[in-house]
Amino acid sequence: MSKQAVFNVYRGSQEGGDFQEFTVPVEEGMVVLDAMHYVQGFLCPDLAVRWNCKAAKCGSCSAEINGKPGLMCKTRIDDLPIESPVSVQPIKSFPIIKDLVTDVSWNFEMNKKITPFTPDNEDVSSWRYYQEDVDRVQEFRKCIECFLCQDVCHVIRNHEQKPKFVGPRFMVRLASLEMHPMDRVDRLPFIKEEAGIGLCNITKCCTEVCPEDIHITDNAIIPLKERVVDEYYDPVVGLLRGIGILPKRNKKKP
Amino acid sequence: MSDSLQAMKSTPLKSTQGWITFRTDAWWVEPLLTLIILGSFGMYATWAALQGVNYQWGPYLSPFYSPNLVEWFPQWFGSWPFSPAVLILPFPLVFRATCYYYRKAYYRSFFTSPPACAVDITGQAPKSPLALLLGQGKGYTGETAFPLILQNAHRYAFYFAALFIFILGYDAIKAYVWTDGFHVGVGSLVLTINVALLGLYTFSCHSWRHLLGGCIDCFSCDKMTQVRHKAWERQSLLNEKHMQFAWASLLWVAFSDIYVRLVSSGVWTDYRLF
Amino acid sequence: MTSYNTKYETHTHDVVVVGAGGAGLRAAIEASSQGLSVALVCKSLLGKAHTVMAEGGVAAAMANVDSADGWQTHFKDTMKGGKFLNNWRMAQLHAQEAPDRIRELERWGAVFDRTPDGRILQRPFGGHTYRRLCHVGDRTGLELIRTLQDKGVHSGIDVFMECTLTHLLKDGDRISGAFGYWRESGRFVIFNTKAVILATGGIGKAFKVTSNSWEYTADGHAMAYNIGAEMIDMEFIQFHPTGMVWPPGVKGILVTEAVRGEGGRLTNNKGERFMQNVDPERMELSTRDIVAKAINREVKEGRGSPHGGVFLDISYRGADYIKKKLPSMYHQFMELADVDITKGPMEVGPTTHYTMGGLRVDPESQQTNIPGLFAAGEVSAGMHGGNRLGGNSLSDLLVFGRRAGLGAAEFAKATQQFPSINDADVEKAIVEVSEPFERDKGESPYAVHRDLQDLMQNKVGIIRKEAELHEAVTELQALKERARVCSVEGSRQFNPGWHLALDLRSMLIASEAAARCALQRKESRGGHTREDFPEYDAHWSTVNSTIRKDGDAMAVSTSPLPEMPSELKQLFEEAK
Repeated sequence: MSKQAVFNVYRGSQEGGDFQEFTVPVEEGMVVLDAMHYVQGFLCPDLAVRWNCKAAKCGSCSAEINGKPGLMCKTRIDDLPIESPVSVQPIKSFPIIKDLVTDVSWNFEMNKKITPFTPDNEDVSSWRYYQEDVDRVQEFRKCIECFLCQDVCHVIRNHEQKPKFVGPRFMVRLASLEMHPMDRVDRLPFIKEEAGIGLCNITKCCTEVCPEDIHITDNAIIPLKERVVDEYYDPVVGLLRGIGILPKRNKKKP
Repeated sequence: MSDSLQAMKSTPLKSTQGWITFRTDAWWVEPLLTLIILGSFGMYATWAALQGVNYQWGPYLSPFYSPNLVEWFPQWFGSWPFSPAVLILPFPLVFRATCYYYRKAYYRSFFTSPPACAVDITGQAPKSPLALLLGQGKGYTGETAFPLILQNAHRYAFYFAALFIFILGYDAIKAYVWTDGFHVGVGSLVLTINVALLGLYTFSCHSWRHLLGGCIDCFSCDKMTQVRHKAWERQSLLNEKHMQFAWASLLWVAFSDIYVRLVSSGVWTDYRLF
Repeated sequence: MTSYNTKYETHTHDVVVVGAGGAGLRAAIEASSQGLSVALVCKSLLGKAHTVMAEGGVAAAMANVDSADGWQTHFKDTMKGGKFLNNWRMAQLHAQEAPDRIRELERWGAVFDRTPDGRILQRPFGGHTYRRLCHVGDRTGLELIRTLQDKGVHSGIDVFMECTLTHLLKDGDRISGAFGYWRESGRFVIFNTKAVILATGGIGKAFKVTSNSWEYTADGHAMAYNIGAEMIDMEFIQFHPTGMVWPPGVKGILVTEAVRGEGGRLTNNKGERFMQNVDPERMELSTRDIVAKAINREVKEGRGSPHGGVFLDISYRGADYIKKKLPSMYHQFMELADVDITKGPMEVGPTTHYTMGGLRVDPESQQTNIPGLFAAGEVSAGMHGGNRLGGNSLSDLLVFGRRAGLGAAEFAKATQQFPSINDADVEKAIVEVSEPFERDKGESPYAVHRDLQDLMQNKVGIIRKEAELHEAVTELQALKERARVCSVEGSRQFNPGWHLALDLRSMLIASEAAARCALQRKESRGGHTREDFPEYDAHWSTVNSTIRKDGDAMAVSTSPLPEMPSELKQLFEEAK
């Protein structure tokens, strides 16, 4: 007989729910999403799962597997301790819709608040910038918006700070705009106030769960914190800018 | 959309799970180790700093007591009634306390905010009293309120820490210069490794990374930004290892003090290599 | 404007765009910029559409790397790659307008890889004479969709996420709206509109081994076909030469052509570079149809790799280079297959990738034969002929997405009053969509889908024969009946079984069209290979296959290919 694994899958909605046990045959190289598809195909056709590409490119199938936030299409069953049942739950920081599907619309609202890319020279054919100028930005633009960082961030997850804090995903987006060589909008007031960067206490869970290996904390959030320090907390930088030893920020209001 | 978190019912899984986390791995090992090591270091450093004796031997000076204030500025510190270390240690202490890596480490292990990823310290779960500094639940303020807003001054702590690297470098060189000429003792090497590790830790700092080049948007724009880009790029490689340097330098600086202390008190004998 | 009654909600917009991939987003941005109210309706969350999976790049003759490149060469490459079955005008517009669409993306914030002199870098790709693909490592599609998404959300477009449309509605001959349901609640929704743009992608989920996501269920093809729109060239399905073949769970996942663009070498189990015998000039960078068939032959004749593919090796380029230029591929193989592509070869084999056929559209405006119904991207046909070149899809989305947006906007502006929604049609749609819940004894839609995928894979796959195609057509009738009477459990709230039961009907229509067209076309060309007719045929080089709904039956015939004007023909003469 082939190998089997038991999955305790959370089933429920806003009204509540419970775990349901499913036994799934396991073959080599199988991922958790395959197991959920097996459940849909043979055991429970109405199990709600959000997924698209099954290739770790779209960031739809985020869940908590044995309590760890991850993409179901990237979590291999070989790597799980299947001697005991594996728990699969929806991501915790967002309201459940049904089973493994949650309402992540808050993220789209946050994105809308961010002033988009704004160059001051519209004539693109005259633009010259180089690979070294955009290596940082390209790292941030790898983000597939799986929202696992939003899920795991304790500021959102445990402290209900959604109204005051945009979360790691949008810190990454802000960093990609802030460090873009052609962008001319000053987003630091937004980053400090509405985006709430001071609420982040850099415990790095966002970086730990990122399926795209974006160094969210080291490369996006901390550099943004340092830029906020330049602007708001460091009197020396202020003084040096004031008397012209340091150049003034070449940015305009959004 | 409502902001309410989903209601989780009790589960048919083992009763130990579902209380603060569904994680089945040993998530508690890392914060516990951090707690033990950082706690032990803190206790040892406090004890050693209060001794005020056995901190030099031959050309060796314990890094806890560097610069040697009493020798350098006898007119000011000659009559200082306490151990000179209490005047010195606040500087590296503040550097480490505001360090972006240590913040992660102690917010997790000492503040339980959070102790590990997806481990939820809410409701009935036991939390560290230090967690109150960050605020809890809807009253969470993170690093926006006093005292944690002071974390923003990390770069100033870095300036002092960088100064200390030069002083400790001087100590390390001096550790080869004996009354009978140039010799290498085990202690010379201990102090050399000490300044090397501290240097790597200090100069892999995130604030330094920002000041070196991270603050620039257009690296290619002129000669100066190009040079700073190169520097930033190299420093970034060090920065990736900031955590490793933090631990290595922490353990080694304690060991350096222990070494000098034990040699000075006659428990260990310094072995002269040549 | 929104209104509600007990059965459904109604939204009114000048233009409704169905699908939020590259084409849909670009169309919505364009229509919105004309000052119209635009609804963008998509089955998934915004930014998750199939476009994110495009990897290698977007083709545009910008001549940043090879200064000799120009639209004429791009046009010629496209026609040659499409085996001259393309609509010449679409191929021309595409080649001419693609560079502007790329510059526009850059102005909206896209960050492409750079040349040493600070411009957009371009890489070589199969069938392209010059280095032409603007790219961002191997995640170009993500860059494209994120840029359009961020542009779109600030353009005042109303986005309806996780909302599936199942029926198009007409007022007389012209389009009047669309009917569908919210995936989340199962609640019905109607859009009343002057113009609809379909940008729903392809039909890949009808096949077992595919690089396509679950969304590729032929919704646009089927909805339009059901109200009388004409489809062409449905037999032309691109099998991408390189998909993963192992482990079983990942079979079919795409391995970007950029691996070969960056120098990847294909070998069989004897270590031979077999492309040497097939296309010695272009080798691995031959067109996709040719490479896929070559790989298929190596495997069939016993020279394949252990898991039924061939070897593709890029490791000689060095770990740093590979991680920089092909980071997703590196991670994909490392994490899903335990293979380090910087150290050794990967195993690859053909996977269903792209549908060249689709709705017939006007090349300038992208309007179908139904007034007010437009189509752009993979759901439309003509641009790529019998075989699509890599990189031409992303540029297709941009060029014709914009044109469809413009076309629909002009059509909507010229329309004074909103057409009316026919209540009887709505009632009929509600009954059809609700039916699966009425039955409790039927089969699971998943079982029918599995059998459909097996059938299409085995009998309408990469190599086809008369007898098998006949069988396929017959068996599809049986599957249609099984799909008609399948049943689903549970409620209408986010119920994937129900969603699949509805999607199945669309896939079956597209599958039947593919099988019937394949049966009709007695030759081999591009993405259509007949074992019994292995060569090009003079007659078939002058006609498109056409599909129309005729009562309850599917009518398949041919129509003459539009004639290329002499100044364009000249371009091919000069080359000789």
